This record gives sequence, C-alpha cells and structure tokens, in this order.
Amino acid sequence: MILPQHELEDGRKQVQRMTAILEIHDLHVSYRSSGSELSPALKGVSFRLMPGEIMGVLGESGSGKSTLAGSLVRLLPGNALVTGGTVQFEGKDLLQANPDELQAIRGRHISLIFQEPSLALHPTIRVGEQVRQVLAAHGSRGKRTLNERTRQIFAEIFPEETDRISRSYPHQLSGGQRQRVLIAQAIACGPSVVVADEPTASLDPTTQMEILGVFRRLRERLGLAMIFITHNPALLSDFADHVLVLYAGEVAECGPAESVLGLPRHPYTKALFQSTPAVSGKPGTGRKAKLPVILGDSSRSSLPIRGCCFEPRCTERMEICKEREPSPANLSVSHTVSCFKYES
Amino acid sequence: MKVEATATGKNVHPLLKVENLVKRYTKRSLAGTPEELLALDSVSFTISPGTTLAVVGESGSGKSTLANCLACLESPTSGNIWFEGKDIVKLEERACRQVRRQIQLIFQDPASSLNPRWSAFEVLVEPLILQRKFNREEIKKRVNYWLGRVGLSQDIVGRSPMELSGGQRQRLAIARALTLEPKLLILDEALSALDCSVQAQIANLLMELQGSLGMTYLFITHDLAMAAHFADEIAVMDRGRIVEQGPPNKIFIQPEQETTRRLLAAVPRIGRGDQSALER
Amino acid sequence: MRYLVRRLGHAFFLLAGASVLAFLFTALAPGTYFDEMRLNPQIAPETVAALRAQYGVDKPLPLRYASWLNSVLHGDMGFSFAYNGPVAPLLVVRARNTLLLTITSTLFAWAIALPLGVWSAERLGRLSDRLLSWGTAVLLVIPDLALALGLLIVAVRSGSFPTGGMASVDFETLSPANKLRDLALHMILPVTALVLSTLPLLVRHVRASVADVLDAPFLLAALGHGIPKRTLLYRYALPAAANPLISLFGFSIGVLLSGSLLIEVVMSWPGLGPLLLEAILARDLYVVIGGMLFSTFFLVGGNLFADMLLYWADPRIRAESNAR
Ligand SMILES: Nc1ncnc2c1ncn2[C@@H]1O[C@H](COP(=O)(O)OP(=O)(O)OP(=O)(O)O)[C@@H](O)[C@H]1O
Ligand SMILES: Nc1ncnc2c1ncn2[C@@H]1O[C@H](COP(=O)(O)OP(=O)(O)OP(=O)(O)O)[C@@H](O)[C@H]1O
Ligand SMILES: [Mg+2]
Ligand SMILES: [Mg+2]
Repeated sequence: MILPQHELEDGRKQVQRMTAILEIHDLHVSYRSSGSELSPALKGVSFRLMPGEIMGVLGESGSGKSTLAGSLVRLLPGNALVTGGTVQFEGKDLLQANPDELQAIRGRHISLIFQEPSLALHPTIRVGEQVRQVLAAHGSRGKRTLNERTRQIFAEIFPEETDRISRSYPHQLSGGQRQRVLIAQAIACGPSVVVADEPTASLDPTTQMEILGVFRRLRERLGLAMIFITHNPALLSDFADHVLVLYAGEVAECGPAESVLGLPRHPYTKALFQSTPAVSGKPGTGRKAKLPVILGDSSRSSLPIRGCCFEPRCTERMEICKEREPSPANLSVSHTVSCFKYES
Repeated sequence: MKVEATATGKNVHPLLKVENLVKRYTKRSLAGTPEELLALDSVSFTISPGTTLAVVGESGSGKSTLANCLACLESPTSGNIWFEGKDIVKLEERACRQVRRQIQLIFQDPASSLNPRWSAFEVLVEPLILQRKFNREEIKKRVNYWLGRVGLSQDIVGRSPMELSGGQRQRLAIARALTLEPKLLILDEALSALDCSVQAQIANLLMELQGSLGMTYLFITHDLAMAAHFADEIAVMDRGRIVEQGPPNKIFIQPEQETTRRLLAAVPRIGRGDQSALER
Repeated sequence: MRYLVRRLGHAFFLLAGASVLAFLFTALAPGTYFDEMRLNPQIAPETVAALRAQYGVDKPLPLRYASWLNSVLHGDMGFSFAYNGPVAPLLVVRARNTLLLTITSTLFAWAIALPLGVWSAERLGRLSDRLLSWGTAVLLVIPDLALALGLLIVAVRSGSFPTGGMASVDFETLSPANKLRDLALHMILPVTALVLSTLPLLVRHVRASVADVLDAPFLLAALGHGIPKRTLLYRYALPAAANPLISLFGFSIGVLLSGSLLIEVVMSWPGLGPLLLEAILARDLYVVIGGMLFSTFFLVGGNLFADMLLYWADPRIRAESNAR
C-alpha cells in the first residue's frame, strides 16, 4: 500500500522520536591565545537532544555557551580548536563532515542564531535580501517563490512594518529588530534543529512572547528541536523541556525544566536563581538593596587545579570537593547533577 | 533655569532636561515620495542628579534613538536637550566633545563600539590617557580596579574584544564607560547579555557608585524587574512617545496604559504560566 | 545628495587650481616657442616681434591667464603656435584616443584583478597564494618602460599583431566590422602593457582587503546559514571589502592615465602623450597647458566616479550625508 506523503512523514517522525536528533558526546573545545597556549572553554560536555525537544541552556557569562553553540555547527572563530568529542546529527559526526556536507546541513537542517545581531548581519545588504539568500542557498526555487517565501517569513516575525523592515539596512533597525532578522534567517528553511544563542536578549517581554510563540508553532508544525541559550531562567519555565546548566565549560546540572527550575540542586544553580530581582509592586520591598551575588569569578586563573571547579565559590563546600572532581550523579532518569552532595 | 520638583520630592536643578525632542528619519529614494519614520515624537522628561530613570518599551519604540541623541551621536530633528543648564543640541563640535565626556553611553551592541584591533587593556586605557590626569602607574591601577569591579579577570586584558564572550565584551564596555566617571551614564540594555549573578553584581556596583559619586543613570532596559529594583522613576515608551512616567510602584501596580499592561503581563516567571498576573 | 554636490564642488576647485598651477609652471619654464624662431635666419626679427605681440606672450601672467580663461569659455583653450589653430579640437581627438586606451585597460585590469585577488585571499598562506604573491612582486618591480619595450620586442619577433599606431594604412577602406577588428588588434599591445603594469598593485590590494573581511563575524554567520562559497565570496565578502577598493579604483584610473601617456609615446599611439611631449619640446605653451588640464580632468573625473560609486555602494555613507 502506498501511504500518502504526510503519513510517511509522520511515520518517519515516529521512528526519529526514538533516537536523538543531536547527540553531543564528551565535547572539548579550547581557544588558542596569543602565547599559543590553549585555554579550555568546554571540558567534556555531553547531552542528547530529541526531535521536537527544547533544551534550555543557562550558565555564567564566559562559561562556554556560545562556544557550545558554535561547535554544534562547527562555526568557531579561527583560534578555536575542537580537541575531542563527537557531535552526531542524525547519526553523522559533524566534526568529521567535509565542507560540502556541512554547507548542505547548515541553515537547512541545523541553523544558528548568533548572540550579537549587529555582528552577524552584513552591513551593506538589505536584511530582506539576506534572508532571501539563505532560502536561495538551499534549493533553486524560482525568483517568484523565493520572494514570496521571504515575505511570508518577514510577515510572521514582523507583523507590523513588514515591508519597511525587509527593505532596511541593518544600521537602520533597532537592536530588537536586528535580532528578529537573525531569527528569520534561522527559521527560513524550516530546519529540524535551531541553536539559538540568547535570541531574545534585546527583546521586550511582549515581543519576546511573540517570538517564543513563533518557535512553539514551528515545533508543532515541523517538530523543531531547539537549543535555547538564555540568561533568563524564568523564560525557560514554560518553554523548555530540559535545562542544562553550564559552569566553567562543564555541565553542572541537567534535567527536566520543572525540576531544575523549581528545585535546583547544584549549589551554582541555586545561587544563580537567587540573584534575580523580582517584579514586585509592593512598596519598599528592598529597593536599592544589594542583590545577592555569587562571589568570586570563574576565570582560568582562579579555577582550582584540582577538585570541583565551583568549589572556591561554593557555599556548601565539603572536604572532598577540594580533592577530586565530582562525576554526574543521576537523581532520576534524566536529571543529573555534578556535585558530591548527590553522589551516592 | 527653573527649579523642578522630582519624583524623589526634593527640589533640585535637573541634570538633564529634555524638551519636545523629535527625531525623524527620512529615506529618500529615487522614485516616489520620501518615506518618513518618526522615531522620537516630542519626548520630554527631566532627570535630577544622583537619580535613575529607567526607560522601558517595546522593541523599536525609540529608546536607542533617544540615547544616541542625548550622547550627541545623532542630531535631533527638533527639540532641546539641556545638560547642566546648557542646550547641547546647539553646541558646536568642540564644546560638544567637552560635554560628551560627561555623558557616557554604553551601546546596546558593545561589539560595534569596541575597536577589534585593540586589546582589552588598550580599550580601557585610551580614555584615561586622553584625560592626561594620570601617570602610568595610576592608569594601570585604575584599569585593574575597574576590571575587578565588573567581574573580569586579568586573564583577558591581552585579548581583543572579539576574543571575549558576549557578556565579557559587554562588561568591558561598562568598565570603559566607568573609568571616565561621567556625570550621566546612559546604559542601553547594558545588562542584557549578562547572567543573573553578574547582572546583580553590576547593578550593585552602579548603585554603590551612585551613592559615592552621585552618578546619574538613564537605564534603558527590557528587564522590568531590574528596572523596578534599580530606578527611581520609570518611563514607558511606545512608538516614539513617552506614554507613562512615574515611580516604579505606581507604574507596576496601577499601570494606566495598555502598553505597560501588555509588557507587565508578558514578563515570564518561574513556575507560572506566561499569562500570570503581576504579583508574586 | 549633499555629498555629491560637495564632491562636485571639490572637483571644480581642483581643476581651477590645476589650471593656475599649469600656467605658473609653464611660465617658470625657460624659453618660449618664439625663441627657436628667432634663431631661424629665414624669419625676420620683426615678424617674430609681431607674432609675440599678437599672441600676447609679453603680457603679464595674470592678464595672460585671464585671456586664456576667456578662450576656454569660448571653447578654444588657447592657440597652438605649432599647429597654428585653437588647441581644443586638437586635444579632443587625442584625448579620445587616450581615453579609449585608459578605459579599456582599466576595465581589463579590474576584471582580472578582482577574481584573482579573491581567489588568492581565499587561499591565504597556501602555496598557490604564495606563488601569486611572488609573481605580483616581480611584476611590480619591473619598470613600465621595460615592460613596454619587452612587449614590443615580443610583438616584433612574433609579427602576428601590429606594433604601433592606432590603425592600418588601409583603415579607411575597411568595412565597419573590420575597422573594429583592426582597432582591437592595434590596442592589444598597449592595453597589455598597461594592464600588466597595474595588475600587481590591484591584485595585492584586492587580496588584502578581501582577506581582511574574510574572518568578519558576519561572514561566519553567512557560512552558518549554508550560503555557498561562491555567493559568500562575491556577494558577501567582496561588497564588504569594497570601500577601499572603490577608492583604489579612482586612483587606478590616474595611474593608468599617466602610464598611458608613457606607453603611447613608446608605442606611437596617437593620444595625448606624444602630443604633450612634442608640445613641451617645442614650447607650444597652450597645448602643454591644455594637455595637462585634460589629464587632470580625467583624473578628477575618475575620482569623482569612484566617489559616486562609493555613495551608491554603501548605505552608511548615504545615511551620513543625508543626515548632515
Ligand atoms: N575567540 C576567542 N579567543 C579566545 N578566547 C575566547 C574566544 N571566544 C571566547 N573565548 C573565551 O572562552 C570562554 C567561553 O566563551 P563563550 O563565548 O562560549 O562564553 P558564553 O558562555 O557564551 O558567555 P556569554 O554569556 O558572556 O556570552 C570565555 O572565557 C571567553 O573569554
Ligand atoms: N538610521 C535609521 N534610519 C531609519 N530608521 C531608523 C534608523 N535608526 C532607527 N530607526 C528606526 O527607528 C525606530 C526606533 O529605533 P530604536 O533603535 O530607537 O528602537 P529601540 O527602542 O532602541 O528598540 P530596541 O528595544 O529593539 O533596541 C525603529 O523602528 C527603527 O527601525
Ligand atoms: Mg555567549
Ligand atoms: Mg535599542
């Protein structure tokens, strides 16, 4: 019996649901600095992303989130070096793929939303054309369909002022508008994985909700899976399925969103969540009071040579923390924490 | 100049007074009529010294345009900007540069304001050298001091700004602005690329500086919680206009405008649906 | 728009300044056309004196300049003693030939330099890039004159294409298509010499500016969207590297023009070069001034064209000039 197209597709998705669409195993990335010494940015990161899953990534500034995002599509600055690990996409190791294979995958199957929109857009090409080029790169459709599709994407992301924005140059747009152009580029070809590096950092809450809505719709329609890097834990609470917390290039905690956000286990995660001020209307609720911060920093020179890398800043440190590194402890099937407190 | 009553209740001369500021972008094309876009539509407000005004609003509502006009980077179509009693719109190039040192702007996208060919150290040193007030030792000490205050380590001083993470770059821009100890500091989304803890650290630093140096901030942000925590007064912008202004308590408890309500309703919270109400 | 108006004003002042300078220099140079005449025993001293008076050679400089300006306004640009007629028509024919050479070689030089430079930038540091760098370095140190003479020798030896002039003797009798072919054949040698003399400079600049933008973050981003290599290089990298190149384009017109004056003399191309040389030797004052002015005009025109190109190519420059 010949199945209609959509049922075939459904069937394929069913099969894919069993296996991870993206599987990162023991990824190590270092940056070569001026003195040709290597400074590690990622130290053995592993996780899996299921089709249609949204994985939120939290972590301190400089903990390697953007490095992780870049290495998933092998787009790292010239001085970066992948020193180990694999990135399997649909069973193929992207770190071994040749340039042609990569070109076909990037933008079409996995796309990346860069952290800084002003850097990621070409300064002298209209943004509409920049989105059109992405579409044109993956499939030689006619000019008419290309333009039509470009318009559709812009209309979805910019319900108002669609035309003005698509005809503007990047410098004529506001920060948030530029950021949304990056999002338009990333979703243009209907990829199965979007790696989004702080895609809503310069968007106001209202627009942010609209954009999250766009992502949600894509997930329902096309089974889009996402790696969603953000600094706003609250944003993940009813958006992400899983949350991964990075600290100094290592996975501190990884688990279902409700449990990581609702009941954080790792001392770093706990401390991180305490620093956010609340939108409180109550008069005099500690305004101008100091916000709690995590003392110290995670720069290379202040990391311990031995033991847990969060130990110097940890408020719950124990003797053992100084001696060796914790290994990920399973709290449940999918919730792991790298801390001795949970090691049995 | 007139003495203004401010939200804090004290009677002081405003540090900055903006009157009917208009910025219109016109796009001339060869064919057809020129297109116009009103980015700022007669904006007026005052800030008294030592206070913080937070500006919130939807993307594209003209916040960065306002910041650029105040920092003399863009000339407004019409309107006045009084800074310490001087109208800086009409100042010529030389005098403008003098004022510009007193008004520092931290850009929304730090990458474009930092020279990629310099090292982080050079980025920080340059404003200090231009001031010609310090000798080499002092300069070095100051650079290290400010690096530490924004939570950057010594490891990064030799790197180019492009070799830093987004948040580190942002903090470099903040440190650079702070080395000049300006009277008015405009922070255009300056905390948006930072994680919660570092954000809190910088916010604490800014509040401390306000206490000790009497700095004045114009704090443009999308983070309503931070705005409420940090600001004495909040202005809500919509399509180039300030639609609502007042102390955080008032704005967040009894928002009068639809825009404000929409913004507040959309703030995500842990453990709640995104439609959840304001109170926590 | 302001930008263009300002540029035009700029260009006008440059031309005016050049004319004054040209006048001054020729006035400072020793001797006049009539000095030679005086040595000629067949011409009576009275005749020479009368001629001098007629052409106003003895008048003070400002006056001469004024009357020359007047004649420029009338489209004469002064009087050639040697050709015994107004300078302008003489120059226009020659200038046309020079322009033909300059424009053709500019186009060819850039058409070769752009892909070559991009190709080399993409392979920065690899063997093929290093070989090309060596090649351009060698070509750069060979003087134009040696290059032209070398080419002449090759052409004479091979005998397959004409080595001088602009047209064959039977040019007038040819059909239009053959006329074009004849002209093209005559142009091969001078154009090759000109292209070879500027190519190294252009290739090196294209390579450097493209290499400069190749690791720009927005190119990394474009790569991340799976934009194919060709598009990436020519649609993204090249326009981003264009600003310095466009300025170089204006400059290259000047280089080619001055190169062309020399090559014309060597290869007897009937352009401004031989005419100017002749006029300088004969002290044919107004022809020299006119020739200099025409060259300046082309130079300024070239740069103006580059400015316009820049304005058209970069929206940021457009925005800046509109804001002011
Ligand atoms: N090009 C580079 N050369 C050298 N070091 C780099 C480079 N890019 C990043 N780093 C360093 O690698 C570490 C990780 O950087 P990364 O950009 O991944 O951080 P991040 O988690 O994205 O931080 P942020 O939240 O601030 O963007 C940082 O300490 C940073 O200084
Ligand atoms: N140079 C320009 N030419 C034309 N229009 C411009 C220019 N700069 C900004 N605009 C437009 O003016 C409006 C206001 O922009 P502005 O950058 O001030 O917004 P914003 O409030 O800072 O937004 P965001 O929160 O997204 O940064 C936007 O719609 C933008 O497209
Ligand atoms: Mg980052
Ligand atoms: Mg802005």
